[in-house]
Amino acid sequence: MTTGLTNAVAEAIPTFQGYVYPNEATSHPVWSVLIVVYPYITGLVAGAFIMASLVRVFKVKALEPVYRFSLLTALAFLLCAPLPLLFHLGHPERCFEIMMTPHLTSPMAVFGFVYAWYLMAVLLLELWFDYRRDLAVWSRTATGFRGILYRLLTVGVMDVSEPAVKLDAKMAQILSIVGIPSAFLLHGYVGFIFGSIKANPWWGNPLMPIIFILSAMSSGIALCVFNYLVLTWIRRREVDMRCLDTMAMFLFYALLVDAAVETLDWLHRAFAAEEGFQVMQVMIREKLFYTLNVGQAVIGTLLPFLMLGSLQLLRRRVPELARRRMIFTSAFMILIGVLAMRWNVVMGGQLFSKTLRGVMSYKFEFTGGEGWLMGLFLIILPFIILTVLVKLFLSERLHASEPAAQGGGAV
Amino acid sequence: MKTQVSRRSALVRLGAAIAGVLTLPVARRAKAAVQNFFVSSGAPKGYDPTEHKWLMCVDATKCIGCGLCAEACKKENGVPEGPYFRTWIERYIITKPKPGSVETRGETLVDSPDGGMHGFPECPVPTDQIEQSFFVPKLCNLCEHPPCVQVCPVGATFKAPDGTVLIDKNYCIGCAFCLQACPYGARFLSPVTHTAEKCTLCYHRITRGLKPACVEICPAEARIFGDLKNLAADDPLQKFYENNRTEVLKPYLGTAPRVLYAGLDEEVR
Repeated sequence: MTTGLTNAVAEAIPTFQGYVYPNEATSHPVWSVLIVVYPYITGLVAGAFIMASLVRVFKVKALEPVYRFSLLTALAFLLCAPLPLLFHLGHPERCFEIMMTPHLTSPMAVFGFVYAWYLMAVLLLELWFDYRRDLAVWSRTATGFRGILYRLLTVGVMDVSEPAVKLDAKMAQILSIVGIPSAFLLHGYVGFIFGSIKANPWWGNPLMPIIFILSAMSSGIALCVFNYLVLTWIRRREVDMRCLDTMAMFLFYALLVDAAVETLDWLHRAFAAEEGFQVMQVMIREKLFYTLNVGQAVIGTLLPFLMLGSLQLLRRRVPELARRRMIFTSAFMILIGVLAMRWNVVMGGQLFSKTLRGVMSYKFEFTGGEGWLMGLFLIILPFIILTVLVKLFLSERLHASEPAAQGGGAV
Repeated sequence: MKTQVSRRSALVRLGAAIAGVLTLPVARRAKAAVQNFFVSSGAPKGYDPTEHKWLMCVDATKCIGCGLCAEACKKENGVPEGPYFRTWIERYIITKPKPGSVETRGETLVDSPDGGMHGFPECPVPTDQIEQSFFVPKLCNLCEHPPCVQVCPVGATFKAPDGTVLIDKNYCIGCAFCLQACPYGARFLSPVTHTAEKCTLCYHRITRGLKPACVEICPAEARIFGDLKNLAADDPLQKFYENNRTEVLKPYLGTAPRVLYAGLDEEVR
């Protein structure tokens, strides 16, 4: 009876073509939509941080207006980065074992430490040193909840003398310098989680960490552009065109390098045409046609590349409004394209069998713990956190109440 | 003076190296003892994993595809209903090449309905068009360098000194990284425990001197199982690897499987 029922269920899900291992014949992929969201969010963190580092480390003065905003963006997304991983675990209550009894050959275990290092030792500290003077000043005037929060965050250090502020700047710069390799490590490790799987020809690839880092940079800068334009629009402020053009320039170069390396990867795969290439072709032509060819290649790379590239050549001839719109559209497209890229990596690796003889087509849930809705929620959540952070730490009122407002938080 | 010091330090180093080598067996025992104590493996108390080295061999030429092994495994280990298998049987049907073509063989059809647990349906290809047809039993490949163990973030899956690869289900966090890392599709996420599961060679049986359920039940003696550290005089295991040229699955991945096959074909992955 039960066997009959099992067969009926198995037949009701017409999900496989060719031969797949019996254990692969499940109705849901092992790694769901949440695992698509996870490298996406982590990449945005790394990219936004690199963007902020351009100001601190590389002294790109034009980007100063978005320095703090990028750091807060990185923080908001970093706070959400482990959530998709956590929600997808079979036993989330055991998650601390990753930190308590780690298995150090596992990329996932080391990610826990890299994450903790990056959050505690780099991002929060850099933000604190950057904000310390302001927190001390604000805590004197602010009342109520804000006052308590600012006072708590000063940790009692109220010194705003010039040497103290200078020391803050120096510490923040050191942290920023440490932060760049840390951000690379953070997202490189995410790439390594996939790149280290030699059993899967779609994933097992030494270029994977590099591709992840490069796509993270373009998506992170795109996110900063997107957020900056949305925030100025909400606040009805003038857009600082010098800043925006500079962001667009960095976005263009990040996209250029990213596209070049990814193309190289594909050329190599096609040229070597190793075992499994046939099944990969099925993926490109059928399974991932829309997300790979349309989403990632055309919308995510080609169109923004042309738009941003033409702006690099003809910047002065394009009127401001058109420039703004083109940059905004490009940034949005890159954000969509990188999300599609994460989908292609994570799902692409799971849509064909390790027998290399069959492909699966899964039915993705809408509701439920690992459904679309949850994925969408996890993408929106960092924006909600960011809104709160902006209200608390980038509010215009704070700077208005302060006679000698610094250039740092000018959004 | 200088040479004296360096000679002394060289001697110290040599001594340390020898001492290190001497402690290795002790360390291995200690590790096994720790695992015995902390890990829930289903082995009886007196079982010493360093005293055994289990090996599974499969003579694919003997398999008749009856599916008893897959069924016995499900029953013995309480494997959940549905697409969850610790062992299964694949049927390969290689057709003759089309007349006039210069190929040596035609299409390869592979199936494993319900893991082959209830046998196989009638062959979809007329008999006269079949070039070759055979069955291949599959299970965890007991890799010497198991990629599943390498990627487990908490060390819940581990290689025991007796050659088995086990999972502590009270420790597994259910991240499914090992499922992705296993090249052989030998692992699944149990819908009951929400942890990874796989063939343990019936650890609860072999540690008590019994054979794994699949070996016990196989009517064709296609599965040969034994202990390399305690070989009998006429051990079928020894006979198997003396009389056959053996192969392993996906050798290019460097996993060094310890499930040896005889009679495989290039089409088997």
